Amino acid sequence: MTASSGLLAQPFVRRDPVPAAPPPALVGGPVAWIRRNLFSSLTSTALTLAAVLLLALILPPLLRFLVFDAVWTGENRDACRPEVLGRPVGACWAFVANKINYFVYGSYPIEARWRADVFFALLAFGLAWMLWLDAPRRDLGAAYFFVVFPLASYALLAGVPALGLPAVPTSLWGGMLVTIVVSLVGIVVSLPFGVLLALGRRSRLPVVRLVCVIFIEFWRGVPLITVLFMANVMLPLFLPGDVTVDRLVRPLVGIALFSSAYMAEIVRGGLQAMPRGQFEGAMSLGLGPWLTMRLVILPQALRIVIPGIVNSYIALFKDTTLVSIVGIFDFIRTIESARVDPNWAAPTVSVTGYAFAALFYFLFCFGMSRYSRFVERRLSASHAR
Amino acid sequence: MTAQALPEIDPDLAPANTSVTRLAAAPTVVTLDRVNKWYGAFHVLRDVDLTVRKGERIVICGPSGSGKSTLIRCINRLEEHQAGRIVVDGIELTNDLKKIDEIRREVGMVFQHFNLFPHLTVLENCTLAPIWVKKMPKAQAEELAMRYLTRVKIPHQASKYPGQLSGGQQQRVAIARSLCMSPKIMLFDEPTSALDPEMVKEVLDTMVGLADEGMTMLCVTHEMGFARQVADRVIFMDEGQVVEVNTPDAFFRNPQHERTRLFLSQILH
Repeated sequence: MTASSGLLAQPFVRRDPVPAAPPPALVGGPVAWIRRNLFSSLTSTALTLAAVLLLALILPPLLRFLVFDAVWTGENRDACRPEVLGRPVGACWAFVANKINYFVYGSYPIEARWRADVFFALLAFGLAWMLWLDAPRRDLGAAYFFVVFPLASYALLAGVPALGLPAVPTSLWGGMLVTIVVSLVGIVVSLPFGVLLALGRRSRLPVVRLVCVIFIEFWRGVPLITVLFMANVMLPLFLPGDVTVDRLVRPLVGIALFSSAYMAEIVRGGLQAMPRGQFEGAMSLGLGPWLTMRLVILPQALRIVIPGIVNSYIALFKDTTLVSIVGIFDFIRTIESARVDPNWAAPTVSVTGYAFAALFYFLFCFGMSRYSRFVERRLSASHAR
Repeated sequence: MTAQALPEIDPDLAPANTSVTRLAAAPTVVTLDRVNKWYGAFHVLRDVDLTVRKGERIVICGPSGSGKSTLIRCINRLEEHQAGRIVVDGIELTNDLKKIDEIRREVGMVFQHFNLFPHLTVLENCTLAPIWVKKMPKAQAEELAMRYLTRVKIPHQASKYPGQLSGGQQQRVAIARSLCMSPKIMLFDEPTSALDPEMVKEVLDTMVGLADEGMTMLCVTHEMGFARQVADRVIFMDEGQVVEVNTPDAFFRNPQHERTRLFLSQILH
């Protein structure tokens, strides 16, 4: 441009506007993409080749074991024994298929398993209502999920003899049912409880603050496994002889409080990220401290910490496996006891059981992770700053 | 709208004389009586006295750190004063939370950085307080909000989020949001300082319109053209004290205090 080329020879006034033009065409196509992303430099090329090599080493044996050499049907150990089949045997999925009811329900009485099925259906319904962001009447959905559903589930699973549902002691509950119940209680309790603790920790009242700090630091300072042992072994010693707390409820409470403490710190991070102007804007309109929190601060603060919340949920979901150590028959424990069944004594049965467990946990955790990414993208798209 | 326009204003148009008669019979809405405030050991407000009558428009100016923002933030208790009395609309500001919320309902505030709620649409920003504080039915609150959004000339942006608007538009939404609570007094804390130069006028025009309708206004601003056009009184503060109070005409034409003269010579170049 002449006008900007140093010394002003003559004044410049634009007469003909420069129209907006499309950007220059990028070199497209898969070859260009590969060159740009995989082989742009020597390091990049080396890393790409190393990754390909690694995949080549891992994938074929994994697929051979899980799929090509796998046994899909069978009634007992003979189906999965190489000396009977006369070929190498991979995963023994027949074992999983044969034991699937045990993995899902544990020792829950067979004639009452429909109740667990109804529970799963109610859960799926509630989850769909809550997770589908454009669903109608999500306020009703929340009421259902946080009030109606827990009560109905308890009545269904534990039984109410007065309503014709015979009681099922928790010692018979097991499998995925227990894993889901334990993590669901942890997930549902820890968020509201964690929010309250986080607010308490930022309270202006010193007593409230102190109580919250002590609570949070206590639970964060103790390993979960210790909490579970305390709940199952020590707690009964402190209670009067005639008072008993259900053996599933005790670790359940422990896990809920434990995860609440972690959630509190995550939420506190979000609260601290809120600019002071948001508080002032809300207060200047006459919104009191509670309404300010509920309508202005928390919706934004929680949105900021979605990755942290989901991270904590994923950790919690996997940590529920620890309840198996204090004698609760969760999903892992059912696999542990099924894999030593002499009827299914075959070389790959144990590995298959663990592979099945890994698949189960991975699907749930990956699902949570993807869902949270989806929510983040949705929220950031709807109010781009 | 800056001070360059100053010399061209006809002194006869200045509101100095008219405001005296207009306000003579008006009741007092804000009283500050020897108000003092400290940030730690720093004395930010020193013996500030001020009486504001209904319908009065006051512009507060002064160098940064002079306590002018702190002063108006004390009026709706975003800052707490430590000595002296503040009475707003007959209610004395104490630690009574009920009374504080009562006063905040009567006093609207517009901030330098708008402080709109980014997670709510423009319309929701405006209806939030009427619905939750005044318990107004949603439909009625939305009608009210649309009326004020129309008045600040952005009704067509109602369903957008604040982040999608320009600075000037955001500030006008903030004004509409305050007006939805039908406040008796409006506080403006440097409402145009964070705006691009091209957006200042649209916000000032909105404020002038508000003044013309008789709103009681306290504005911390350096827009001297605005002060000349609408203010009944200009207050100049320095180091936490009120240094000079005068009609805008006399204030700009014939500043009395040496500090005022220095300040004006710095900003009216």
